[in-house]
Formats: sequence, structure tokens, C-alpha cells
Amino acid sequence: MSEVLIEARGLKKRYGKTTAVDGIDLTVHRGEIFGLLGPNGAGKTTTILMLLGLTEADEGRISVCGADPMRDPLTVKERVAYLPDMVGFYDNLSARANLRYTGRLAGIAAQELDARIDGALARVRLDSVADHKVGTYSRGMRQRLGLAEILMKRAQAAILDEPTNGLDPQSTFELLDMIRTLRDDGMAIILSSHILDRVQAICDRVALFSNGRIAIEGSVRELAAQVLGGGYTLQVDTDPKNGAPHKGTLAALLGSVEGVSGVHSAEPGHYHVLAMRDVRDAVARAMVEAGVPILRLASVEPSLDEIYRRYFEGINGTAHGTA
Amino acid sequence: MAQRMARRSGSPWKGCGIVFEKEFSDHLRSPRMLVLEWLILLTGIGAVFMSIQGLRTTTAQDPFLFLRLFTDARESMPSFLSVLSFLIPLMAIGLGFDSINGEFNRRTMSRVLAQPIYRDALLLGKFGGGLATLAVGLMTLWLLIIGLGLLRLGVAPSGEEVARGFVFLCVALAYGGVWLAVAMLCSVLCRSPATAAFSALGAWLLLSLLWPMMARFLAEIVYPPTDMAILLGVQSPQQIGLQQILARISPSTLFGEAVIGMLQPATRTFGVVFASQVRGAVAGAPLSFGQSLLLVWPQFTGLIAAAIILFAASYMAFQRQEVRA
Ligand SMILES: Nc1ncnc2c1ncn2[C@@H]1O[C@H](COP(=O)(O)OP(=O)(O)O)[C@@H](O)[C@H]1O
Ligand SMILES: [Mg+2]
Repeated sequence: MSEVLIEARGLKKRYGKTTAVDGIDLTVHRGEIFGLLGPNGAGKTTTILMLLGLTEADEGRISVCGADPMRDPLTVKERVAYLPDMVGFYDNLSARANLRYTGRLAGIAAQELDARIDGALARVRLDSVADHKVGTYSRGMRQRLGLAEILMKRAQAAILDEPTNGLDPQSTFELLDMIRTLRDDGMAIILSSHILDRVQAICDRVALFSNGRIAIEGSVRELAAQVLGGGYTLQVDTDPKNGAPHKGTLAALLGSVEGVSGVHSAEPGHYHVLAMRDVRDAVARAMVEAGVPILRLASVEPSLDEIYRRYFEGINGTAHGTA
Repeated sequence: MAQRMARRSGSPWKGCGIVFEKEFSDHLRSPRMLVLEWLILLTGIGAVFMSIQGLRTTTAQDPFLFLRLFTDARESMPSFLSVLSFLIPLMAIGLGFDSINGEFNRRTMSRVLAQPIYRDALLLGKFGGGLATLAVGLMTLWLLIIGLGLLRLGVAPSGEEVARGFVFLCVALAYGGVWLAVAMLCSVLCRSPATAAFSALGAWLLLSLLWPMMARFLAEIVYPPTDMAILLGVQSPQQIGLQQILARISPSTLFGEAVIGMLQPATRTFGVVFASQVRGAVAGAPLSFGQSLLLVWPQFTGLIAAAIILFAASYMAFQRQEVRA
């Protein structure tokens, strides 16, 4: 595995009687997107603030880009970029002027600053409106301007708190795509979200937060395998009226395919097949041999929402809302 | 707190100049500042104009004619000085009441503090930016008045008058600094700029208008006047002494005393005069510049100390604040 850029062990933070973060361990490597996911109030923002040295941890040990944010916050802040939840800018200044201010605070040399700002704004496609006042920007443009700030800083790691909050699906898609390019540049990225499905596609690994703790952690597939009993989900549709065998029979047939760990049927003719590996080929062959018409046979990404819900059903025996 | 200060590394002032520059240019360009400056310029010049009218009719034998531009009150117009003691706090509060809470409300605070600077730099840069704006406003006004005086009175100020005028400018700036620090403290403590503005204005009204009356009242309670004193209509020295000490809690009193001491060179003392203080003195004879400076020094440093204490209080409150809005 590549170099570890962010590491935290046993982080704890209390506000009065409430424990906001209750013993968290995490490790993020270079070139990796790590998702902090969980409902509102689970402790994601508090964890992020502690990583940046913006809030002091009560207990625990943190190392971010080789520095300790409690002892040496300036070094950490030089090496890490931060996009806060619902980021704000000076509305009366242009995008360029906003970036110039934070760029100078970040200690970027004056002769280099303008070129960096232009490059960053071009990459988030704000170059045509760079001299407009930020007051005229939409929510999506502001988030992109926040990304431009990260690009300008040329940080080793970026921490983004709820970057897709309040964005429409199109803007969300664009923003996530840009975040992915940051990762491809070799940054370590932490992003948080309370809408699990939105960001699961770009996270290499996720940690599911609940009440200040990390409930489970790993890649989405690993979690699916662990919680749902299969890392792969197949959607199988057949025609219930035309030549399909009885529901129980087809379920049994699908269940008998090697590698399949579970079959659920929501409505007649529609099946969800859970498997430990990609079994599309074997399922198709079994269905053809049995003479069952195949209307659809598709591999679907396991849903984090479902993983989260099922995990807490398993723990509590009750349904657990996810924000 | 102290523990944290001791173990953190890097300069606490890094970035202070950058914050200062931004705040200063923001203030100079802001419409709010424009309104306040025009208000001060117009009323100030109006007051000076009236006093020039008055001074031209008196036979000009006063060696400190120029200084009377600042202190003379004519007809319905208050003196330039009283206009200033009213408007400087207004301007200072206008500059500072939303400096910290404004960053939180715009949600720029966490973005700025995520840059490699300490909070010290942000707070000091903001205070410096406000103070520089005040200085620019007061300096402009001061130069305008000197210019007006030159044109309309037809005499040039003496070197001593310029020196006294300059000390007056510094005292005015210190006075503005106190109210700027009050406003910034309110902006740290109150999340809503409106609440902060009202708290600061309330403190100003209380200290400037009500406090002198309350000082007298309190002094009377501590040292009840004897029947004889009531009959004669005089106050006991202890009562006057206490009243004066209490009144000096208010920055307006300090400002008033320091300015009178500087601009009216004949001033030898504030409040009660004891025989020992005037022994050998020619009544009405002006003090030298150095003596006047010595006289107002405690008031001047008092104002600066008040500004520093208030700034330190905002600093401590700000250090403890959570970054998230
Ligand atoms: N300044 C604070 N004072 C008291 N409690 C707080 C404060 N900030 C956060 N909390 C509490 O800490 C918990 C975690 O909050 P947060 O980290 O913001 O969650 P998330 O970002 O996952 O929504 C919540 O229960 C919240 O109420
Ligand atoms: Mg949050």
C-alpha cells in the first residue's frame, strides 16, 4: 500500500456531557478517497476539525502529512486543504480576489499566485466568470470555487465536508468527477456525506459513522460481502406469465448456482441475487438450461444505504434511519 | 489555555499583515464607511466653520488662536470637539461590530482559519485595519481643519499649535481604538451583528451619557453631604475626588480631559484645584507643551490601556470559540 498521509488513533471529543467522537481510528493513503459516511450528528465534522487542528481532541493521536495538528497546526494547514460544509466566500469580491486572499494567507509566493489561481479556476471551469463577484455564483459554482482553492494550494491531502450538500444531481455528478481527478493527481482525500448513495461511487474506502464511532470500514464491496452476505448483487428479471416456473422454483434454481449466497424476490419475476463473485455467466447458463426467459440480467452496485440499514438491523434488531 | 500557547509552534503573527491589508481596503471601499466619513466631515467642518466666524470677530490676540478652532462652541453649533467625542465612537462601532461574527455568518471563518495562520493574526489584523481606517478619517479631517483655518483666519499655526494638534489626533485615535475594541468584543460574543451593534451602542450611551451622572450620584452615597454643605451648595473634596475617579472609568471622560488639557494650554488640572497646585502660578498663563503633555499623559495611556484590555478580552473569548458556524 502507498504512503499513509492521514492517521488517527483513538480520537475522542466531548462537548459537555455529549461525546461527539468516541474513539475513532482511521488511516488514509496517498491517492485514495476515503468516505466518512453517516447520519447528521454522527461526528463526521468534529472528526474533520480535529484532523485539521481546528478543534482540540480530548484524547487520541493524530498525524496528518507528517505533522501533529495539535502541536504544529500551521504545518498541517500548509499541507492540507479544507473545503468546509456549506463553504462561504466574500460575496463582494470576485472569485479571483477571494482566492488571492486565501492564497496569500496560505503563503503562496506572489509571483506564482496568479498563475496558480488561473490554472485552478480553469480546471473547475470557472475561468470565464473569474472576475465576477462571488455573490452572483450558484451553490454549485461556489463548491467548485472551493475545489479551485484546494487546487491552488497544491496540498498533499484534501478534506471535504459534505461537498455535495445542497447540489442538484447534475452539479453533484460534476463535482464528484472533479474530486476524482484530485485523487488521480495523487492527493489523499477525505470526504464526508450524510447521503450515502451520492458519494459511494467515488470512494475507494468508506467508514460508516454512528454515534461518534466507526461502525464498519472498508471498500463498498467488502462491506457488502460482510453485511449483506455478498459483494455482488445481480438483478434478474424474467417474465412471470410467459413460461417462467413457479416463483419458489426459480428462486431455488438461482440459489443452487455455485457462488450465490442469497436470493430475494420483491415482486413476481424480479429477483435480487447476492453472490460472493461475479456469477452472471453461471446464472445465465442455468436459466437457459431450465428454459426460463431472461428479460434482464444485470450486475448492480451494492447500495451503501442498504448496507447501513442492514448492519444496524443486525445490531439492534430494529431499522436504523440513515439521515 | 496557557498550556496550548506554550506548546504551539510557528509565529502567531504570520498572515497578520495580509488580513490587515484586506480589512483596510474593505473598509475604505465599503459604503458604510463612506456614509460615516461624510457624516463626520460635514458636521466637523460645520462646527469649525461656525467657530471661525466667531473667532474672526474677536480681536485676535490669543497666541493659541488656532487651537480654539477645535474647542470653541458658537451659537447653536456644538464645538468641533463635542461633535468628535460623539462621532468617533459611532464610527469605531460601525467599523467593528460585525468583524468576527460577520466571518461566521458568511461562513468564511473556517476557510480562513484552515490557512496556516493563528487566530491571533486574524484578530489583530482586523483590529489594525479598523484602526488604520479611523486614523485615515481623523487625519483627513485634521488636515482639512488646518487648511480651513489657514484660509479663513489668515494666520499660520505655530509649531507648538501643530504639536498640540498632533497629540490631540493621537488621543482621538486612542479613543477610537477603545470603541473599536468594544465593538470587536461584542462581535466575538454575539453571533448576530445586530445584537453586537446594539450592545456596543448601549455601552457607549451608558458610559458617555449616563455614567457621569451616576458617578456623581454614587459619590454622594459614599460621602453624604453634611447639612452645612447642602446649605452652602458645595461638595466636599472627598466627594468630588471620588466622583472624578468614578467618572474616569468612562473613556469619554478620559478623552475629554486629555483633549482639553492639550488644546487649552491654560489648563493646569482637572476638577478640584488645591492651593498647593496653583502656588506661584500666574492665573491663566499657559503651560508649556511638555507640561501639558505630562498633564494629559495618564489620560492618554489610560485610553490605550483600556483598548489593550478590551482587545485581550476579545482575544481570549475568540480563542475559545468553536470554528463551525
Ligand atoms: N459546539 C458544540 N457544542 C456541543 N455539542 C456539539 C458541538 N458541535 C457538535 N456537537 C455535537 O456533536 C455531535 C457530532 O456533531 P457533528 O460532528 O457536527 O456531526 P456530523 O458532522 O456527522 O453531522 C452532535 O451530536 C452535535 O450535537
Ligand atoms: Mg457535519
